[in-house]
Amino acid sequence: MTITHAAPQTGEVPEQKETWTGTAVRRKEDTRLLSGTGTFVDDVSLPRMVHAQFVRATVASGRLLSVDLSEVRRVPGVVAAYSAADLDLNDITAVLDRPIEEFVPTDMPILARDRVRFAGEPVAIVVAEDAYAAEDGVEAAQVEYEVLDAVPSEEVALSEGAPTVHDQAPDNTLLDVSMFATEGIDEVFDSAHYVVRLDTRSSRQNALPLETRGVVASWSARDENLLVQTCTQVPHTVRTAMARSLGLAENRVRVAVGDMGGGFGIKCVVGREEIAAAAAALRLGRPVKWIEDRKDALTASFLGREQHYDTRAAFDSEGRILALDADIVCDMGAYSCYPFTAGIEPLMASAEMPGVYKVPAYRVRARGITTNKAPTAPYRGVSRPQFVMAMERLFERAARELDLDPVEIRRRNVITQFPYTGVNAVTYDPGSYLEALNLAEQLVQDEGWYELRESAAAQGRTIGIGYCCFNERSGYGSDAFAKRKMSVVPGYDLAEARMDTSGTVVVSTGTLSHGQSHETTMAQIAADRLGLDPTQVKIQQGDTERIAYGWGTFASRSITIGGSAVSRAADKLGEKLMHIGSHMLETTPDNVELHDNTVRRIDDPDRAVSYVDIADIAYLRPNLLPKAIEPGLVGNGDFDTPGDGTFSNSTHAVVTELHPGTGKVEILRYLCVEDCGVAINPQVVDGQARGGIAQGIAGALYERITYDDQGEPSAASFIDYKVPTAAEIPDVAISHLETPSLLTESGAKGSGEGGTIGAPAAVVNSVNDALRHTGVEFDATPITPEQVQQALEAHS
Amino acid sequence: MTDRLLITLTVNGEEHELLTPARRTLVDVLRHDLHLTGTHVGCEHGVCGACTILVDGAPARACLMFAVQAEGRQIRTVESLAGPDGLGDLQRKFSEHHALQCGFCTPGFLMLAEGFLADNPEPTREEIREAASSNLCRCTGYQTIVDAIGACADERRASCGAVCGRPADDPADERSRA
Amino acid sequence: MKPAAFTYHRARDVDGAVDLLSELGDDAKIIAGGQSLVPMMNFRLARPAHLVDVTALPGLSGISTDEEGLHIGPLTTHRAVETAPDSLLGPDHAVLREAMAWVGHLPIRTLGTVGGSLAHGDATAEWCLLAVLLDARVVVRGPGGAQRTIEAADLFLGFYMTTLAPDEVIVDVVFPRPAPHCALTEFAERAGDFAAVAAAVDLDLAADGTVRGGRVALGGVAPAPVRVPEAEAVLQNGGPAGPELFAACAEAAEAAIDPPSDADGSSDYRRVLARTLIVRACEEAAAR
Repeated sequence: MTITHAAPQTGEVPEQKETWTGTAVRRKEDTRLLSGTGTFVDDVSLPRMVHAQFVRATVASGRLLSVDLSEVRRVPGVVAAYSAADLDLNDITAVLDRPIEEFVPTDMPILARDRVRFAGEPVAIVVAEDAYAAEDGVEAAQVEYEVLDAVPSEEVALSEGAPTVHDQAPDNTLLDVSMFATEGIDEVFDSAHYVVRLDTRSSRQNALPLETRGVVASWSARDENLLVQTCTQVPHTVRTAMARSLGLAENRVRVAVGDMGGGFGIKCVVGREEIAAAAAALRLGRPVKWIEDRKDALTASFLGREQHYDTRAAFDSEGRILALDADIVCDMGAYSCYPFTAGIEPLMASAEMPGVYKVPAYRVRARGITTNKAPTAPYRGVSRPQFVMAMERLFERAARELDLDPVEIRRRNVITQFPYTGVNAVTYDPGSYLEALNLAEQLVQDEGWYELRESAAAQGRTIGIGYCCFNERSGYGSDAFAKRKMSVVPGYDLAEARMDTSGTVVVSTGTLSHGQSHETTMAQIAADRLGLDPTQVKIQQGDTERIAYGWGTFASRSITIGGSAVSRAADKLGEKLMHIGSHMLETTPDNVELHDNTVRRIDDPDRAVSYVDIADIAYLRPNLLPKAIEPGLVGNGDFDTPGDGTFSNSTHAVVTELHPGTGKVEILRYLCVEDCGVAINPQVVDGQARGGIAQGIAGALYERITYDDQGEPSAASFIDYKVPTAAEIPDVAISHLETPSLLTESGAKGSGEGGTIGAPAAVVNSVNDALRHTGVEFDATPITPEQVQQALEAHS
Repeated sequence: MTDRLLITLTVNGEEHELLTPARRTLVDVLRHDLHLTGTHVGCEHGVCGACTILVDGAPARACLMFAVQAEGRQIRTVESLAGPDGLGDLQRKFSEHHALQCGFCTPGFLMLAEGFLADNPEPTREEIREAASSNLCRCTGYQTIVDAIGACADERRASCGAVCGRPADDPADERSRA
Repeated sequence: MKPAAFTYHRARDVDGAVDLLSELGDDAKIIAGGQSLVPMMNFRLARPAHLVDVTALPGLSGISTDEEGLHIGPLTTHRAVETAPDSLLGPDHAVLREAMAWVGHLPIRTLGTVGGSLAHGDATAEWCLLAVLLDARVVVRGPGGAQRTIEAADLFLGFYMTTLAPDEVIVDVVFPRPAPHCALTEFAERAGDFAAVAAAVDLDLAADGTVRGGRVALGGVAPAPVRVPEAEAVLQNGGPAGPELFAACAEAAEAAIDPPSDADGSSDYRRVLARTLIVRACEEAAAR
């Protein structure tokens, strides 16, 4: 059989356009990263630096009876060892603007005090001359616990008379919110033609940046501050939390981020270990490095994803959805993460579950519960992979029941008129929901997969086709976050563009690339605004003393919010260039434009003055400046997405084959149709989609951390935590649609999370389609080969 | 008890004499004693491949070797790939194909590919995919890494005919010539 | 994940290594390629006080053939076997070369050794399975230069334990008989992982395509690699090489084994995998 590859092939460099936007500019990051000259946190080495590791709880729930570090301090090479009692550190407490009935704040101590709440929780810090001796020291610690009954699961947490994780939350529930309840929804269900009820679940996963967490903390006598070199997505947030915990003014703390080996959300919350290491550095007067090892990264860092949806949907006889009713439980683990709280996932799910569909009536209750497991952070996608799977499963189930084609039932329900304000009080900006769905179906048809599915079935092969149709809200502004009653509202961002006397530019941004290529894409944006080549623009990020303020990078906010702030800063700089330039050209600012490193007259384009000449005056000969113009060439910009943000959208189509005898799920074809508005750098957008899809497939088929009754995690190594390799992840063909955002400066929408959001549902639907002859349908991830084999065997 | 040994390591053609505890892994010595921080540490149990280097021309995990065991062997790290004129061909292909995002796994993939292509200058896409499955990447979804390695093999083949698998200006061993 | 401290010893010859091991006792461990030992040391699951490095021992690496059979030096790497030319590893032992693709990943195969794998005694390891299937003999040297030969069937006690004494060093591995119709295959959820189940089959195949007998070995279904007499009995009864016979053989194995349940699969699932893999191995073996 020959399959025609109708989708555009990627990897090709598009033709140079008039603008840098839309061009696959080679990444500025690549040279250093390819030559081994990047600077990741573990590459930092300072004079007299010592190394830290942590004594960690060996039980999931217990009272801390004693922490004896006297033997630790005798271990050769050990410099110091501290428990909570030795370091006077303030707890971290994340809060929401919600009443106690809805949200229970809890404190997270830097080192465990009195209680331990998960296996792996830091109990003491050991500092030694090298990382080897630090581990020798950790082994010498003597910690006594009174072991308490653990809460290892949702089932135990919510059972009658369950043990409690936090005294403040006797029902183990940190967040319990019912955000929507359309009047008369029960009657809709009662009178509906068809009601489907589904129980969908996703397992606990690790976001798994290849670089684990880490820090080098050192006191600078000259700067009179604590320099915290760490790998975080949110440097200013870390600065605030660290200063508060250490009892320092914020001008005594500088957080600086170098190259960073991925984050995916796990690094957008504040960790305890970094603060403990900083406290040790202050105490010792020596730089302290802590690099999390993989065992700790798998068991004791921030995890994600474990959610459970009990959902009902009502349909009419034509397959139109009439009502949606969801009860959502998110297992957030032992602590509320800072700054987002244990509410982040349930609130996200509540606000956005209807997704791309016209849902007339909606009721939702969402809870964030606490268990004796490692805490969670908002991992790439943040509840959307889960509720999208619930929605997509509902439609698949309804399609079967109503004898409708799975694409047709979606077609009848997706939003087609924009802007659209949904039952969830969210206003969606224009997208291409129907177009993406139709194109994906067309591609699957054109490539012959439907025919293959039938002909293969005749030969005893088991092939399925699955779809997922979804959107990705990006660029959450202050309005959007405030609606969720967050007390920390990371909705805006700031940027500065500064030109020097050589006519080159430094742009600082509050966002922070850790793989997303911002050094390139932000430079493209600024270059377009200023009539420069991107090589003339240097991006500065990640250092709290080099940028005014920044919220960092998460929730697909960087190009939308950060990029718009960069646009505005560049425009401000451009205005000043035009002001001075027009003065030099003896005309008015409205008669000049920026073009190729010059300001030129519109009425006489041959008359131009170069940026270098303008800068010469702006910096070196201010006496020649026009009146009322300050010296220097600096522009500042800020941006906050209005309303509900901007929505990218996508349809994924997946063809799988199930292998009898082993149950292996083989992905034969993965098609992605995506619309993220204007793509600043199409190659980077493709990269985000492919990488996201790989993580989604990982969740659908491979990765899972389980806990036994005592709260002991199942995976402490890559033998047990099965991150898929190049042998498991298929090639992905990507097609693009472009519905520019009307809300952002460049027309771009976010594209960081979409792949991860859509892949689980698409894969699960594909597997279920392949199993249609068996009647087996999977509603929980990951689907294991053993489950598939059982389904196939039961029917054969 | 810390047992320190005087050892000589040959890294990227340069000899280094150092005193090291026996338990110090090769990757720690490369990174923290020789300050060749291009080789990364991702799991310290041989699965992720971020520490992949060449030992006598073949890809190996630097986290699964004690430095003392590397005496007398030729070690090559990512720092050896670029020449005086800038990035080498394999590195350029990784950039052109966007085969790296955060860049943390990249040195390991580069050295894996360098050793693999030396052994197999005309690989099929399936063979490249199988070799690439030795290492973990969390950003790219692997497709562009496979693309980049394939493109490098194609270019090397085109530039030196059917005789050899690596460019003539590469200082590396004769051993790989077919 | 840094190993505990140890003293490093580099052995210059086999007897020197044996003397060191005798002297140091249970606290000493041999290190060759280190691909199994070092991960365990980094997790501090293994913490030998002494490591005796045998990689510099002369004469223990390479492949050769004589009247005893095929010799593989214990320090031969998996990769060296995988890339061995036909002149060293002919069709009678091609299975050894083919099986190497299942050993971890390329960067593991370049350092990991045949002897190290046998001494480690992992129930799913390819060399252990092949040794049991093909009646390999493991020649070891102990104190005083005493040399003895351990039949593969007597080597593995299960759960990473072997009948090797702590002060014995493997000096030769012999595959005594040709196995031209032999294949090994595995299943793991993810490429390069330890197999959930591994199956190896050695068929006695007549020129006319009739099976006259054969051997079946499984890894991952018991604490050590095992042969499956019930399945071998089916092959012994003979018949044309084909789906019917292979299925009967596989089903006999499925019924005979009682594999453990763990995170990589339940006992029932492993039984199914064993059945599937035996059929695949039979097909591949017959096709050689």
